[in-house]
Amino acid sequence: MTARGLPAQPLPDGLTQQEIDAEVARAQAAARPGAEHPPRDYPPYRSSHFRHPHRSLIPLRDPEAVELSGPAFGVTDVTALDRDLTAQHTGEPLGERITVTGRVLDRAGRPVRGQLVEVWQANASGRYAHQLDQHPAPLDPNFTGFGRCLTDDDGGYSFTTVKPGAYPWRNHTNAWRPAHIHFSLFGTSFSQRLVTQMYFPGDPLLPYDPVIRSVTDQAARERLVSTYDHDLSVPEWSLGYRWDIVLDGPCATWTEEGDA
Amino acid sequence: MSHAPTPSQTVGPFYGYALPFPGGGEVAPAGHPGTITVHGFVLDGQGNPVPDAIVETWQPAPDGSRAGLPGSLRHDPATGKVIGRNGVDFTGFGRAPTDADGRWTVRTLPPGGVPYICAAVFARGLVQHLYTRVYLPDLLDAEAGAGDALLKSLDTDRRATLVATRTDPRTYRFDIRLQGDGETVFLEFS
Repeated sequence: MTARGLPAQPLPDGLTQQEIDAEVARAQAAARPGAEHPPRDYPPYRSSHFRHPHRSLIPLRDPEAVELSGPAFGVTDVTALDRDLTAQHTGEPLGERITVTGRVLDRAGRPVRGQLVEVWQANASGRYAHQLDQHPAPLDPNFTGFGRCLTDDDGGYSFTTVKPGAYPWRNHTNAWRPAHIHFSLFGTSFSQRLVTQMYFPGDPLLPYDPVIRSVTDQAARERLVSTYDHDLSVPEWSLGYRWDIVLDGPCATWTEEGDA
Repeated sequence: MSHAPTPSQTVGPFYGYALPFPGGGEVAPAGHPGTITVHGFVLDGQGNPVPDAIVETWQPAPDGSRAGLPGSLRHDPATGKVIGRNGVDFTGFGRAPTDADGRWTVRTLPPGGVPYICAAVFARGLVQHLYTRVYLPDLLDAEAGAGDALLKSLDTDRRATLVATRTDPRTYRFDIRLQGDGETVFLEFS
């Protein structure tokens, strides 16, 4: 029974954390060393089973490809208020107020300017403002959990929000997602598109989570974890986390400017 | 190439109150007589529709420009809510979540200079999005010269997965099969 007295949905096959951990270890052993992105076929994350291609991706290296250009965003697409997830309702949301700040760069280290960053997250209790999230944690009428901003001339972005809570999910028995913020990023080309998740340092759930573990390389996995930055914390107001993002993939300016 | 990239993670199941926006699939200017509809299902390895996928499209404007225009997510300055495009500018960018039947739809204008629309697919269970292309058969037929290099590099069965079916002069069907029989050709850029 759940806390609200509703019968809990049975798990499909009741895999235990130990069984998932064993699958994580197997996937880790089979992975290409130094892989920068997760393998699309990642058995411990069970939803991937019927949703990954069996065929190899076709490499495309056409300098005329349209994917080397990308969508444009501007001041009509984002308001200055969109970056503050604590100011979208009449009252203040519950939770630990935080700022998340960083820079968006390409692989050559150049700032990605004027591009759209979107974030979404659970509230401080670990509940999403989404109808399909029905787990027994309270919704917060003062928190939706969605924000946007454009990167500045330095590639910088910044959001004010509350720290999201951990929440249960149905991948296996007693599966809990560590606290995370979803990020959606646009580069200067469509081929640099990135959707990812930012985690918090020291979260005890990280070793148990097959989603972050889908990144099989430890150094790559650590790039998903933000850093607590005391200089970003605002006295009497908020705690600061820093997270820089590097977009993979080519863009047209590489051929124009060379691989500097 | 000195900076290691940030790894991809799944979009998860709960982006629905965040990423979709009003008119996301309405790329063509309102009422434009040249509007075409591109639609289809996203299907998993069992042939089941995927109701929690989101398809993004990017394409040149009809004049061939690849610069794009801002304004896909235009805000109402009074309420701060996204009200979508102004109905005039062609931004080139579309975002279409699948519905409960696993179907996505974009209304746009034919791309200028190339016979395809670029697409990226995101879904719960996909740890990294997938790129594909929607080739429009009449634009392919109209192409002079050697034809499309990507299509030419594929065998017949695989090539067919990238070419939309034109069901009437302004409607194209393009299913995206993530896995198995008739699996769509997915692309990688490096």
